[in-house]
Amino acid sequence: MIHISKRADFTLFKGRAEWLNRYVGWGIRLFAVFLSLVVSGLLIFFVTKLNPVKVYGAMIDGVFGTPRLTWAWVRDFTLLLLIAVGLAPAFKMRFWNIGAEGQVLVGGIVAAAFMIHLGSAGIPAAILIIMMAFASMAAGAAWGVIPALFKAKWNTNETLFTLMMNYIAIQLTSFLVPKWEHPKGSNSVGIINPDSNVGWFPKLFEKPISGMTQGAPMTRFLTAGESVYLNVLIVAAVVLFMFFYLKKSKHGYEIAVVGQSENTARYAAMNVKKIIIRSMTLSGALCGLAGFMAVSGIDHTISTGTAGGRGFTAIIVAWLAKFNPFIMILISGLLVFLEKGSISIASEFGLSKDVSQIITGIILFFILGSEFFINYEIKFARRARKEA
Amino acid sequence: MGTFFEKMITLLTSAVAFGTVVMYGSLGEILTEKSGHLNLGVPGIMYMGGIGGLLGSFFYEMYAPSPDPAVCLLIAIMAALACSVLGGLIYSFLTVTLRANQNVTGLTLTIFGSGLANFFGGSLNKLAGGVGQISVAVTSGAVRSTQPLTDKLVLALSSSGSGFVRALGSVMDVLDRLVFSYGFMVYLALVIAVLMSLFMNRTSKGLNLRAVGEDPATADAAGINVTRYKYLSTCIGAAISGLGGLYYVMDYTKGTWANDGSIEALGWLAVALVIFATWKPLRSIWGAYLFGALYWLYNYIPGLSRSSQEIFKMLPYVVTIVVLITVSLRHKREDQPPTSLGISYFREDR
Repeated sequence: MIHISKRADFTLFKGRAEWLNRYVGWGIRLFAVFLSLVVSGLLIFFVTKLNPVKVYGAMIDGVFGTPRLTWAWVRDFTLLLLIAVGLAPAFKMRFWNIGAEGQVLVGGIVAAAFMIHLGSAGIPAAILIIMMAFASMAAGAAWGVIPALFKAKWNTNETLFTLMMNYIAIQLTSFLVPKWEHPKGSNSVGIINPDSNVGWFPKLFEKPISGMTQGAPMTRFLTAGESVYLNVLIVAAVVLFMFFYLKKSKHGYEIAVVGQSENTARYAAMNVKKIIIRSMTLSGALCGLAGFMAVSGIDHTISTGTAGGRGFTAIIVAWLAKFNPFIMILISGLLVFLEKGSISIASEFGLSKDVSQIITGIILFFILGSEFFINYEIKFARRARKEA
Repeated sequence: MGTFFEKMITLLTSAVAFGTVVMYGSLGEILTEKSGHLNLGVPGIMYMGGIGGLLGSFFYEMYAPSPDPAVCLLIAIMAALACSVLGGLIYSFLTVTLRANQNVTGLTLTIFGSGLANFFGGSLNKLAGGVGQISVAVTSGAVRSTQPLTDKLVLALSSSGSGFVRALGSVMDVLDRLVFSYGFMVYLALVIAVLMSLFMNRTSKGLNLRAVGEDPATADAAGINVTRYKYLSTCIGAAISGLGGLYYVMDYTKGTWANDGSIEALGWLAVALVIFATWKPLRSIWGAYLFGALYWLYNYIPGLSRSSQEIFKMLPYVVTIVVLITVSLRHKREDQPPTSLGISYFREDR
C-alpha cells in the first residue's frame, strides 16, 4: 500500500547534519533538472545521433563561444528575468496574470511610437529615453489593471481575462505594423531610426573600456557588452527592488497574506481590492518596462513577436522560483542557455530551431513534477500480516 | 443571385471551416474543465494532434507504393489521437497524481506541444532525407472529400425543363454549399458536441463528472473515483482537442504545414470559446461559427485597409471578454465555471 501525506519538514539528516534538511528540497529540484537534461540529451541523440555528452559541450560552445554570443545570452535572459520579476507580485497574490505577453507588447508599442513619432523632434536623448520608459510602464500598467479592476469589483476570472488581453495587444500590433511599415510593402516596421539611433539604449562605459589595453581578451569581452550594460543595470535594480519589496515591505506582506487567504486578509482589515489593483499596476508596469527594453534596448523594432512567448515562460520562471527574484536569475539563465544552445545545435544540423521549446518543456515538466516529492511524503506501508 | 448573397454564403462556409477547428479545441477543453482541471495546454495539444496526424500519414504516403485513402485516414486519426492523448496524459499525471499547479503545467504543455509540432513540422523535410515539398495529398483529400450525392441531385434539378424544379435546384444548390460542402470532420464535431451534451446532462456518469468538477471531496465521499474521472476526462478531452489540430492540418490548410503559430492562436481562441459557451457543448457550436464569422468578417467589409482588417480580427477576443464580464456580473448559477476549477484535489486536505 502506498500512503501519501503532506510533508512538514525533511528529516533525512539527523544530529549535527540536521541543517542540511533545509536544502533537501533544492537537492531534489537539482536532481530533476539533471534528469531532464539526460532525457533531453537522449532526445537530441535520437534525432541527430550526436553523443549526448558532446551535445551539451556543443551547447556551451554555441552560447559562450564568443563574447558576442555570451552577451546575447545575458541580454535575452535578463529580459526574461525582468518579466518574471514583474509577474512575481501578481502571482504571489495568487492573481493569475497570464497576460504578461500583452503587457510587454503594449509597452513595446508605446516605446516604438515614441521612437517613430518623436524621432526627429530634437528632444535630448536622455529625456526621450526616460519619457519612453515611463510611458511604456503606464501602458503596461493600464493593460494589467483592467482585468484587476474587474477581478476586484466583480470577481471576474482573471486567468481568462488577461489571456484575452494578450490577443487584443497582438491584434493592436498587427494594426500598427502596416501603419509604421518601413520600407513600404515589407509588412514589417524595420529597424527604427537606424542612422540617428534616437530612442535606442545608449552604450555605457565606452570611455573606461577604451582606456584599457586594446586587443586584450578582457577588453574585447567588455567591448562586446557595451549595448547590454544598461539592460543589465535596469534589471539588476528591479531584481533588488522586488526582493526587498516582497520580503521586507508592508505591501509585500499584504500581498503574501492575500495570496494565502483572502478571508484572512479581510479579517486583518486589509483592503483586498486595493491590494489587488495596486499589485497588478506594479506587475503590469514592470512588464511594460520589459516591452520598452525589448524595443528600445534590444530589437529596435516592433512586431507581434516582440514578446515572443516570454510572457508565458516568465510565468513558469516566477512560479518555479517561488517568487524569489534571485532564484529567478538562475532559472531564466538556464532556460535561455538551453534555448540558445539548442538553437545553435539545430542550425548546425539544418533542423528547426523549435527544438529549444521541446527541451524547455521537458525541463519544466520535470521541475514541476519534482515539487510533489518536496511537498508530499510517500510511505510504503507493508501489510501487517503477522499481527493479525 | 446577387453578389451580396454569394458573399454571405462564402462568409458562412469559411466561418464553419474556421469554427470547426475552434469547436474541437473547446469541446475537449469543456470535458476537461468539467472535471475541475483548467488545461491551458489546449494549443499545445492541438499542435500535437496536428503534427501526429501529419507525421503518420506522411510516412505512410511516402513508403506505401499506392496509398489507400481509407488507410491514410485511419493512420492519420490514430496518430493524432495517440499524440494528443499523450499530451493529456502528461498533463493529468502532473496535475492529478503529482498535484502540480494546473496553470503552469498547462502553459508548459503549450510550450512543449508547439515546440514538438514546429520542430517536426519544420524538420520533416530534412528528417525524411530531403523530399522537397511536404505533402499528404491523399490523406488530405480523404478528409476533405464531400458527399457527391447532393451535387448530383443539384445537377439533375438545375438541368430540368420545369422552372419550378430549377428554382428548387438553386435552393438545393445553396443548401448544398452551406450544409453539405464540407469534409466529414465538420459533421463529426457536431456529433461530438451533441453526444457530450447528452453525456453530461442525461447520464449518471456525466452527473458524476460534474460532481467531481464542482466538489471533488463530496464526490469522493459519495464513492466516485475522482482520480479516474479526472484522468479520463482530461485524456478524452485532449483527444477531442487534438482532432481540431488534425482538422486544421488536413482540411483547413489542405495537408500542408507552416511554422507560423496559427494553431496556437486558434488554441487560445478555443479556450476563449469555452467561456463564451459557458461550459455548454451545444452552445459552443454556434459560438464557434460566430467566432469564425467574426474572424472572417473583415473580408466582406468594403474599403478596409490592411491595418484596419486587424482590428476586426480582434472581435472574437473582445466578445469573449464581454461574455466573461457579463457572466461574472449576472451570477447566474448555471453559467458559472465548475466550482473547483483550477484547484488540485488532495483527499487529506482538511
